Amino acid sequence: MNLEEGLLKGDKKACARMISLLENDDKEAINIIKRLYKNTGNAYVIGITGPPGSGKSTLTDKLTKELRNEGKRVGIIAIDPTSPFSGGAILGDRIRMQDLALDKDIFIRSMGTRGFLGGMSQATWGAVKVLDIYGCDYIFIETVGVGQSEIDIVKIADTVLMVMVPNLGDDIQALKAGIMEIADVFAINKSDLGGADKTQLEIEMNLDLNEKSNYRPPVIKVSAVKKQGINMLLENILEHKEYLERTGELNKSRTVKNRNLIIKLVEEELMKIILDRTIKEDLDYLSKDVTDRAIDPYTARDRVIGGAISTGVKGYSFKK
Amino acid sequence: MEKNFDGYEEIDKSYNNWENNKVEKIKLRFPERKEKFTTSSDIEVKGLYTPLDAKDLNYVEDLGFPGEYPFTRGVQPTMYRGRLWTMRQYAGFATAEESNQRYKYLLEQGQTGLSVAFDLPTQIGYDSDHGLAEGEVGKVGVAIDSLRDMEILFDGIPLDKVSTSMTINAPAGILLAMYIAVAEKQGVSSDRLRGTIQNDILKEYIARGTYIFPPEASMRLITNIFEYCSKEVPQWNTISISGYHIREAGATAVQEVAFTLADGIAYVEAAIKAGLNVDDFAPRLSFFFNAHNDLFEEIAKFRAARRLWAKIMKNRFKAKNEKSMQLKFHTQTAGSTLTAQQPDNNIIRVTIQTLAAVLGGTQSLHTNSRDEALALPTEDSVRIALRTQQIVGYESGVTETVDPLAGSYYIESLTDKIEEEAYELIKKIDELGGAPKAIEKGYIQKEIQSSAYKYQMEIESMEKIVVGVNKFRIEEDAKSDILRVDADVEKIQKEKLKALKLNRNNEDVKTALNILEKKAQTDENLMPYILNAVKKYATLGEICNILRKVFGEYEQTVIL
Amino acid sequence: MVRPIRVLVAKPGLDGHDRGAKIIARALRDSGMEVIYTGLRQTPEQIVAAAVQEDVDVVAMSILSGAHNHLFPKVVNLLKAEGVDDVLIIGGGVIPKEDIPFLMESGVEAVFTPGTPTKDVVDYIYNNLKR
Repeated sequence: MNLEEGLLKGDKKACARMISLLENDDKEAINIIKRLYKNTGNAYVIGITGPPGSGKSTLTDKLTKELRNEGKRVGIIAIDPTSPFSGGAILGDRIRMQDLALDKDIFIRSMGTRGFLGGMSQATWGAVKVLDIYGCDYIFIETVGVGQSEIDIVKIADTVLMVMVPNLGDDIQALKAGIMEIADVFAINKSDLGGADKTQLEIEMNLDLNEKSNYRPPVIKVSAVKKQGINMLLENILEHKEYLERTGELNKSRTVKNRNLIIKLVEEELMKIILDRTIKEDLDYLSKDVTDRAIDPYTARDRVIGGAISTGVKGYSFKK
Repeated sequence: MEKNFDGYEEIDKSYNNWENNKVEKIKLRFPERKEKFTTSSDIEVKGLYTPLDAKDLNYVEDLGFPGEYPFTRGVQPTMYRGRLWTMRQYAGFATAEESNQRYKYLLEQGQTGLSVAFDLPTQIGYDSDHGLAEGEVGKVGVAIDSLRDMEILFDGIPLDKVSTSMTINAPAGILLAMYIAVAEKQGVSSDRLRGTIQNDILKEYIARGTYIFPPEASMRLITNIFEYCSKEVPQWNTISISGYHIREAGATAVQEVAFTLADGIAYVEAAIKAGLNVDDFAPRLSFFFNAHNDLFEEIAKFRAARRLWAKIMKNRFKAKNEKSMQLKFHTQTAGSTLTAQQPDNNIIRVTIQTLAAVLGGTQSLHTNSRDEALALPTEDSVRIALRTQQIVGYESGVTETVDPLAGSYYIESLTDKIEEEAYELIKKIDELGGAPKAIEKGYIQKEIQSSAYKYQMEIESMEKIVVGVNKFRIEEDAKSDILRVDADVEKIQKEKLKALKLNRNNEDVKTALNILEKKAQTDENLMPYILNAVKKYATLGEICNILRKVFGEYEQTVIL
Repeated sequence: MVRPIRVLVAKPGLDGHDRGAKIIARALRDSGMEVIYTGLRQTPEQIVAAAVQEDVDVVAMSILSGAHNHLFPKVVNLLKAEGVDDVLIIGGGVIPKEDIPFLMESGVEAVFTPGTPTKDVVDYIYNNLKR
């Protein structure tokens, strides 16, 4: 079957292949997205982040089941770290979502962070768009839980769910800087184990200090394993969605995200053009010259760009 | 305490002299095979052990006498001079009828205890007609769906005369109830039954994978069994705390001891928390270890485990009864050391492992068959495996005196080292909140996987030689005389189930299951209600489904 | 950017012996592949669903219970039914040599028995990819 047709018809194989092709920066797949982009916009994207071991996958599994009960089609993108040494990865998040695998209206895709320093890659964005066209009403993105991906999730998700666990102790101090601010909803998972009230209080106190908009993130106690509080958590996520829609914030923030995306795409494409057109040996010589202090790195930069662009496509000039 | 030897300074001097002159000189001409020699647990092995290595040994405190604390030298005063270990071959396949035939054959061949292997659907609490059972019925053991199958399994075998070990964990209480019910029909009361159920759920989470319920509910079922048996089946070993599978999953000898005893500690704690008195159940705890190829390390491992457990029971749990402090264990030779290549070589491996178990003072032993890396063993292979035990027992002479290797500088130093390192690991697990927590966090699994991976890489880099696998290879033909389980078993079991459900009193079954469901939601001991349901011919799957409904199911923690 | 090879490592059936599967998963990762690990007790249907959604290049299965003659072909057939024909399907575990011809006829393209170096599996995958 033709990929484009398949994707529009909701064929899982076509959907899966499209994600792979976009991961590979495939021209044909990009053209398909160009043609079908008008079909996007239906999916609501929820980012799930939080420290490793906080039970993000199990919680995703339970939230997905809730949404399925309401007849929604759900996509899940589960991200695990790529080994910086081998470039390989072990993607094990499906283990916690076993009974979802056979549901025709659920699509789960595991992704490695690959070369993106633990952050969200352009490929993640591509997968989101594919799942959107495929017909998902909701898309969960589960992050690695450490590093850049935790911050990057705001660049892609409409709602960010931060999963915490009781008794994090000093960790919560560390979380304050930067990470607390990105959350739209807090879930305290494993709250059946005790200590959840204290964690809730700590988060609430922190929120008191950082109040800056009309929206205050709710803090919900749940137990994914015992299936407690899941309903309530979903309600709060949907309330945030509704708030964004009502106030027009959703469109505004999506526009900001798209601006970032355009810049990112331009960056990546330019980098590719420049590196494609730079002879590897030249780069080796330049690097050596910089080491020998024959030239400085800024001059080297100007030469690489100049070399690449002067033989390049018309209309682009980086020379002032 | 006076040392039994006081010429240490002199030995030290001559040792250094010997090493610096003789050894260094010869090494120049003939270098040693390796830069560093180690055991499987990465304990460095020196070229020579002398009294200096056993300098700190206090005979009475550290070794003592067989049958006395700390039991380093054995749990009985006369060991194999009185009676050899129980030769117990794990067996079972296909239908209850066929397994029953195999048991009778083994008993005729001089085996002294039965050991029942169940198929995977039985171990995971599914009847043979469950979707997940497809292709698995009767494969790795016998399929038991109800009391009816159990009656056939032990037909003509007097249960007051044999001791029976059952490798069953998550549904252990149900199979034990079936055994009690069969015995009752034979006119044998439960207080005369002897045997063991494995009943060790923690190692299922760690290494073996046949779990059903979450930890909390599983621990409750286990302590229910402890309590019930202490009153009703007093000669029954209520648990076999198993390092075997932990080792098979790739753990080192030290890790095997540490993780097994840490599991043991968790069971004792759970039982005490449930209100039991330590000396009421601890004497019925038993252990199950692996016998690997590294002969001396294995012997030292068994001795270290005995000493460490005795100390834990005495000091940590304040046990008063000496029987509570005795680590009694079953051993199985290491399945993971068997090679599919040149399978007859496995007979020799099993012989070495048998020696390790016997010199380490095991209470019972299963020897693996040469063809088990290929499939289930044939009758011929099982006989050779049993004969291996008999030759060691009756011909080798190693059984004539108790703990013959005690006092060996090397063995004693290894015993100390293993105990010390295992204790450190147990301390670490304590810091994590005990074995169940350490499992939940994936700590134990991760440690084992690292060891397994390291071992595999050592074989691939030829640092470790496995004869016939990475060296001394030959071209081989497909071996054709292996045991096959008839594909009809699944069909037969399904038909038996159908007939059962037609012929039993379904009202009684329903009532019994309803009561069980209600009681499962309370704190009451579930054993009487399980026994009741079993006697009404409720199936294993039906009973497990009721418990699944109340307890939920375990979700695997995978750390890679 | 070259996309890494994606492999689904699956344990069909009920046996809980995952030492081999995990070692293979790690070795494949260390050779630069992306390994999707699904855990224990997978039905053939679940394995196929995962293989489709993850768009893997390889499905690698491990069984030690003796159920391979039933479960391996079932996965192969379900994949075919889904129209997946460019995935390399391999298996391993306690498998008698004489079962191998049947499994290969059924569409399992290589069977690795105990004692196989992980490197052989890695090399086999690199040399036999179907796309």
